[in-house]
Amino acid sequence: METAEPISIAEVKITLSPLQLFWQRLKRRKIAMAGGVILIFLYLVALLAGFVAPYSYDRLDTDYSFHPPIWPRFQGTHLVVPRYEQGGGVFTYHIVENNSKPLHFFVHGDKYKLFGLIPAAIHLFGTNDKNYPVYLFGADQFGRDVFSRLLYGSQISLSIGIIGIVLSFTFGMIIGGISGYFSGWTDTVIMRLCELIMSIPALYLIISLRATFPPGMSSPQVYAMIVVILSFIGWASMARVIRGMTLSLREQQFVLAARALGQTHLKVIVRHILPNTFSYVIVAATLSVPYYILGEVVLSFLGVGIQEPSASWGNMLTAAQNTEYLRNYPWLLAPGAAIFITVLAFNFLGDGLRDAADTKS
Amino acid sequence: MNLLEIRNLKMDFGSGGEALRAVDGVSLTIGAGETVCLVGESGCGKTVTALSIARLVPTPPANYVSGEILLNGHDVLRMSSVDLRNIRGGVVSYVFQEPGASLNPVFRIGNQIKESLKLHRPEKATNAEVIRLLKLVGIPAPESRIKNYPFEMSGGMQQRVMIAMALASEPKLLVADEPTTALDVTIQAQILELLHDLKHRLDMAILLITHNLGIVGDMADRVAVMYAGQVVELAPAQELLRRPLHPYTKALMNAVPKLTGGANRLSAIPGNVPRIGNFPPGCRFAPRCPIAKPECSEKIPELVEVEAGRRVRCPFWK
Repeated sequence: METAEPISIAEVKITLSPLQLFWQRLKRRKIAMAGGVILIFLYLVALLAGFVAPYSYDRLDTDYSFHPPIWPRFQGTHLVVPRYEQGGGVFTYHIVENNSKPLHFFVHGDKYKLFGLIPAAIHLFGTNDKNYPVYLFGADQFGRDVFSRLLYGSQISLSIGIIGIVLSFTFGMIIGGISGYFSGWTDTVIMRLCELIMSIPALYLIISLRATFPPGMSSPQVYAMIVVILSFIGWASMARVIRGMTLSLREQQFVLAARALGQTHLKVIVRHILPNTFSYVIVAATLSVPYYILGEVVLSFLGVGIQEPSASWGNMLTAAQNTEYLRNYPWLLAPGAAIFITVLAFNFLGDGLRDAADTKS
Repeated sequence: MNLLEIRNLKMDFGSGGEALRAVDGVSLTIGAGETVCLVGESGCGKTVTALSIARLVPTPPANYVSGEILLNGHDVLRMSSVDLRNIRGGVVSYVFQEPGASLNPVFRIGNQIKESLKLHRPEKATNAEVIRLLKLVGIPAPESRIKNYPFEMSGGMQQRVMIAMALASEPKLLVADEPTTALDVTIQAQILELLHDLKHRLDMAILLITHNLGIVGDMADRVAVMYAGQVVELAPAQELLRRPLHPYTKALMNAVPKLTGGANRLSAIPGNVPRIGNFPPGCRFAPRCPIAKPECSEKIPELVEVEAGRRVRCPFWK
């Protein structure tokens, strides 16, 4: 007897929203996904910096200046932290055999504020003993934990990229949208202004803008200033591109249809034209975040950005300017590695987003 | 009072010496609940006339030289921008030729219809009302359709959505600018039937722009035939189809294939539509007119009422 053929049930076709389609295409791009996962991890750690970091960013101990990295090691089944002693020259440390302390998790330590709000003192790991420090990435010249400072610094460096992008892209999109939509003399004035800003070399613009702010600002003020400066430089190129896209979008019939419904010019721009540029904007934003991170690095590296003792990747790198330091204490370059990884991750993700947004492929 | 009264509208593109007259002395009235067809070849000024009713032609480049457009007794050309926004959608709504291009590709259609409601009937901006409108325009399973994006719908469905959007604000006048040109024939018939039906149900006037004389016969109460920026004949639809008076209208009718005529070669109007800004002196149709006389090229003829309700811009119509 013949076996009955399986009845094929017509698959219910579920239509996907553009966002779902986009996500499906993105998921196939492994490198982009890797970049995304790395970034999520970095931002999570930055958010929880106070908890993950074993010490406060400004806790110093000059007994441990330029201490090399200390990594916990296994002793049996326990993780222990070895003890180092100074000897045989300045800032030369030797490991002391058979002298260690067990590593504990969720230990009580320096006070911090979780998310900047909730007071807390619990840290992910530590030794509970001042004489047995854990310096995963070594210590700097003041004996501050580079790893802890790197985490606190990431709060500044990573958020500056996002806030800067949001600020400058919002501004650039609205200005560019207005410019392209109204065209005529509005367009001419706005575009010449953009070209003016873009024609000045960014570095000089950054430094001269910095000069317009008073010296001796508090850290939050400096932070806001950097965001403002970088956004001020960044909006112009965004506005130009959006203006070009608006010029073609405003001829679309749905713009006429929206106006025929009685929609205001501004709402036509914001609600009908700009959303049609989002697939470009999201890609451009992802690829631009690194420039903002690097912008902060440059400012801080030049000594006009985030001020000590606050930590940012830029001002941590200033400590690595000295070639002798670099040769003897290479762990001071850790923030450089962090920048490298972050920038690369953003670029991988951005490339993947661009490919996924390109519906023609 | 007529719902719409266009009086001697003249509109240029550009200004000064380079101005091109796109609409030259058009007068047209539409009464409440009436269907008027605007017929003519491409580039004769149909669309700009229709868009002018809600002053949707951007100025510049357009430039209204003279004339009035009275909508409910108020001159659209002298309205403040706030009043303009209220009549757009509120009094007159538009349905355009390409339904696919008229819907914003990145938003769900439900939200787009809701936008129209928010602007003119904010108290009714609910999913229930959107569903009611979609039902009204004959979209099956509207509850699930409101979540669709425009690209997930066929052309006919998209045009129904456009009509629903236009109706959402409960306009007095629906301007349909070649609403069926981009659709295939069976869908065309459905959409026209829908418009016809809605007109009676909602008691709204329709200005239908088309170059399809078959549609005129089906839909129109009155017809205005335009040529080169001017109305050349204005008549009740059935009479015009039965007995066209202007030589241009006659030529248009001759160009329509007849069911009974056998497989003869279609007759065409010799020559081309004159280019805007390059109109011949005198009667603009004279160079292509089979009955043209020398004096036709001297003076532009007036649009004269030759019979009750029939106006013709040709002294030799007999």
